[in-house]
Amino acid sequence: MINLKRLAFDADRRAAAASDGLADRAAASGLVDVALGDMDSPIGRLTVAVTARGLVRVIFASEDREQEVEELARRVSPRILEAPAVTDDVRRELDAYFAGDLHRFHLPLDRRLMSPFTREVLRATERVGYGGLATYGEVAARIGRPRAARAVGAALGSNPIPIVVPCHRVVGAGGRLTGYAGGLPRKEFLLTLEGSLAV
Amino acid sequence: MRALPPFERLLQEQRTTVMRFLLVAVGPHDAEDVFQETFLAALRAYPRCDDPRHLDRWLLRIASRKAIDHHRRRASGPVVSSRVPDRVVDGPATPDAALWTAVAALPPKQRVAVVHRHVLDRTYADIAAILGCTEDAARASVSAGLKNLRERVA
Repeated sequence: MINLKRLAFDADRRAAAASDGLADRAAASGLVDVALGDMDSPIGRLTVAVTARGLVRVIFASEDREQEVEELARRVSPRILEAPAVTDDVRRELDAYFAGDLHRFHLPLDRRLMSPFTREVLRATERVGYGGLATYGEVAARIGRPRAARAVGAALGSNPIPIVVPCHRVVGAGGRLTGYAGGLPRKEFLLTLEGSLAV
Repeated sequence: MRALPPFERLLQEQRTTVMRFLLVAVGPHDAEDVFQETFLAALRAYPRCDDPRHLDRWLLRIASRKAIDHHRRRASGPVVSSRVPDRVVDGPATPDAALWTAVAALPPKQRVAVVHRHVLDRTYADIAAILGCTEDAARASVSAGLKNLRERVA
């Protein structure tokens, strides 16, 4: 009896090895619309997603990675691949930020996941520099809608590019730390790193 | 219209199956290269994928085309005398050497059909959909391929 299955030995390992080379070839051919890369950080694993326009998404370990990547497939493109090399610049700047060496990111951003209102709120947030804080009310006032503090809070909560777009610098009246997509301990860590909170 | 899953997930879920197919359909020597060509072609075509409910079949259709193209290219290219022995050398230990030689001598379409049936255990209906032929034609290719193998291995 002829057994052909025997000839397909070691397929698992070979497939994994071949997949590694695939990402580079695909990226070089411009076939990766969304490149994913994972990195370790003091606040846990971060997954970054990069398009041809720039950084489109930062995913915290506390979020459901698979679900968030599915959302990227729906809203940006299903041509998503783990292609860490494409995310090198982003990971390098984040590393420098966590080391305390980088106070301002220089990364191109892809803002397509932000609604027009969220975009406006986050633009205002980006003007709060490293080490600074603003309240929801102040951000609302800055975009000319002083009564929209609650909507501002919701917009910040939907920030697809946390850390790099510093929604963590916005706090409640009186400096109270309130909600954060990555959870309050992460917000507290970032603000402590930036020296805006007394340790 | 069903949404397409992230390509990365398709790759993770199907890569071992595609590799098993290619290891026997083109041989271990070229499997990695044809594997990458398969997934590159799939990535290129993915947004226009017309069969989101059967992505495994859709991928194997591309892999089959790439395997057959690979053999055609080889057949029309300059004859490199070391080619067939390459496959034998790359195969596992000696008992399989005769089998590898027999598989390598199959006409590409028969080889691909036989691998779908006897390595991946696909149904004839599936094989017909993958190869774009009738179920009868799929059955005929598989049985002709097996007959050829038996004659050569015996």
